[in-house]
Amino acid sequence: MAGVGSACLTIGLFTALYAAGASVYGAVSGRGQWVTSGRRAVYCLAALCVGAFAILEAAFLRSDLSYALVAEASSTDTPTFYKFTAVWATQDGSLLLWATLLSLFASAVLFLTRRSLRDIAPWATAVLACVAGFFLFLMVGWENPFDTLAVVPEEGAGLNPLLRHPAMMIHPPMLYTGYVGFSIPFAFAIGALIARRTGADWIRATRRFALIAWTFLGTGILLGALWSYSELGWGGYWAWDPVENASLMPWLVGTAFLHSIMVQEKRGMLKVWNVSLICATFTLALLGTFLVRSGILDSIHAFGASTIGVQMLIFIACVIALSAGLILARLADLRSSARLDSLLSREAFFLLNNLVLVGLCLVVLWGTFFPLISEALTGTEETVGPPWFNRIVTPLALVLVLLTGIGPVLAWRRVTPKRLLRIVAVPAALAVLAAVVLLAFTDAGDSVPSLLMFAFVAFVLGVVGQEFVRGASARRVMTRESWPRALARLAGRNRRRYGGYLVHAGIAVLFLGVAASSAFIEQRDVRLSPGETMRVGDYEVTYREATARLGGDGGGTGAPISFGAVMDVRRGDQSFTLHPSRNYYSTGDPSKGAISRFFEGEATSEVDVRWGLRRDFWLAVRPDLISLEGPIARADRQFGDSPGRVQAFVIGTLAELYREDPPPAAFRAIVSPLVAWIWIGGAIAVLGALVAAWPSPEARLRRVRSLYAARVGRELTRA
Amino acid sequence: MNPARKRKIRLAVALGAAICLAAVLVYTSFSASSEAAQPSELREGRSYDLTGKVVNDSIARRGDELRFRIRDREGTASVPVVYTGVVPDPFREGREVIVSGELRNGTFLAERDSLVTKCPSKFTEDKQSS
Repeated sequence: MAGVGSACLTIGLFTALYAAGASVYGAVSGRGQWVTSGRRAVYCLAALCVGAFAILEAAFLRSDLSYALVAEASSTDTPTFYKFTAVWATQDGSLLLWATLLSLFASAVLFLTRRSLRDIAPWATAVLACVAGFFLFLMVGWENPFDTLAVVPEEGAGLNPLLRHPAMMIHPPMLYTGYVGFSIPFAFAIGALIARRTGADWIRATRRFALIAWTFLGTGILLGALWSYSELGWGGYWAWDPVENASLMPWLVGTAFLHSIMVQEKRGMLKVWNVSLICATFTLALLGTFLVRSGILDSIHAFGASTIGVQMLIFIACVIALSAGLILARLADLRSSARLDSLLSREAFFLLNNLVLVGLCLVVLWGTFFPLISEALTGTEETVGPPWFNRIVTPLALVLVLLTGIGPVLAWRRVTPKRLLRIVAVPAALAVLAAVVLLAFTDAGDSVPSLLMFAFVAFVLGVVGQEFVRGASARRVMTRESWPRALARLAGRNRRRYGGYLVHAGIAVLFLGVAASSAFIEQRDVRLSPGETMRVGDYEVTYREATARLGGDGGGTGAPISFGAVMDVRRGDQSFTLHPSRNYYSTGDPSKGAISRFFEGEATSEVDVRWGLRRDFWLAVRPDLISLEGPIARADRQFGDSPGRVQAFVIGTLAELYREDPPPAAFRAIVSPLVAWIWIGGAIAVLGALVAAWPSPEARLRRVRSLYAARVGRELTRA
Repeated sequence: MNPARKRKIRLAVALGAAICLAAVLVYTSFSASSEAAQPSELREGRSYDLTGKVVNDSIARRGDELRFRIRDREGTASVPVVYTGVVPDPFREGREVIVSGELRNGTFLAERDSLVTKCPSKFTEDKQSS
């Protein structure tokens, strides 16, 4: 089957080239049938990619170790869920996932626009086919996921234990869907530029794709943060690591894009800005893929120096050159059809929000590439740490949250100061009230940025709440519906608007969690013996006893050995028990003894968290195996050649030895206030984005009407 | 004020703000950064982000203190490191690590909790060595 998979990729590459060629020829010569043929070639490409992906996925599920990729990232004893997801833990597999998702998205958008955008669509088809072709080219030339091994190994290496977490396995496809999704508006923007159709048509056709891409990318980023928090054993959710930054940058610029296209739709302004933003977003998405895969920056996600870094870089350079060249060549077509009437208007505030978002992106870009920049300027490689990022980003984030509240309630064109005051009076009072209450009853005043953030969040929630109440009560006056019904109908009838409000509320709630948990976190690292107690915040933690488990840890990651602790936690009269542990995976290193192999491989923290709306109590343990070193060495000598069953028994005895007489273990305990609201806020934002992206009945009606009109037009020309 | 003049003023204000922001960015990043160095590049009495690989058979633990040696990524120059605090999960002999601190009397005294270990998958390591 590997041959079939390889063939799919090679044929796919030629199909992509044909699709690009046919569409361009059709567009230039005006022969519609070539355009149609090019579009159908993209459908064909999608089928080929899905076929190849299915073959690879089947090989993983069967644990067919003759595939180099399966032997590298999976094994027969990897749990089924992780076998399924191990495909995209590898470079080749994730390239295939990229190409597959891209061809599917491209097919969807080309199918939806098959009867409209006749000038733009052929060029967009060509751009999408070229991007897909590039990824297929990488696979065919350098990173073929269907490479087979001459000698089939007995067992695969297994999936990296750190990746054995549900959030981590869903995170990459989410990010990729986001990256890939942004290629759709990018392709149509390029198409619009080439065809000189720089109105808002391309935006209307791809707005929904951009929104979906934005949602997936955001969800992916959040899942990555959740993984970091609950798997990595350091207790944080964001470390300004280059790879995290790489996913954040396209999201920031994509957010700016989603806002500024509204200005173009409504007012015909910011055309240059919009095409620049979408080109930047797509470039940053490629850059993200490149950063993750190239190992150019020191990151904890070093995936090793890749074989495709140079090719990626050349492609990125081509994309930048093409976009910049086209925009410059079409400047005359991109003139605004209106001017900014007043600084107190929605478009002005959207512009301001755009500047803040792009500013944020530039800050992150600068910080991420600072090691390279400083080496180029001063000759020494220097890095800026998280404190630098936090210091610069905090004020920008504050402004952003404030704009999140003001922006959506302003009218287009012009608002009088008096009217603005009337809109923001109640929310502003709410913000002041929140700040005063927090100052009086809590120690929130210790951190001024956090206090400001809390007040701004109250402001945003006030604005959004007020909008919902106003809209629903207006409906009730006319329809006499009940409150819940009026609210649901209101949001259902104006999905974009009220979905947008929900997103804003969600983002504000998310920032509430970030501000509280970063400023008021309490953390302690202590070594404890059984029976000893430590304090962190108001919590009293007692190490009751050690645990040792063989085969099958609680999380279903397939770890053979798991050492942990039973911890009694008390806070006032509330008490609960946590079971943090640490999984040990065996290593294949032949220089280690047969028994010590089981203890000296990868190890991962399985933290235990008491989730709560007010605060999380987070606990990780790091058992000290020093007392086992002697017995393990002796067991290596005595049982090195024994049959597997005897060795298993010996390991069981060693584990029991640890459980009965454990040396002091290192614990990290964290009390993190309101951190759960990060995930809740994220979920609200995703929900809002889905509401906004869901097609509304009116839009469907409009589409049907326009299709009907087009058909009538065709019939008339034929007659 | 006529609209053209107004627009010019707006543009000037926006550009000015952008330049100020850029200046802040450049200034703070250079003043807040610390130099990254490999063991062979270390000098006494300056603070660094030390990067390199953990030397085989060099890890020793005494109570809370972890001692190991870091060598250049490609090379043999190495330096002893004294570290306290949380040790990341993937910390192993032969792995690439980053740790902040300064060199005193030939020993690199690391800041508490500053150790970062890269998390390679098993395969990529093999690929590089072969």
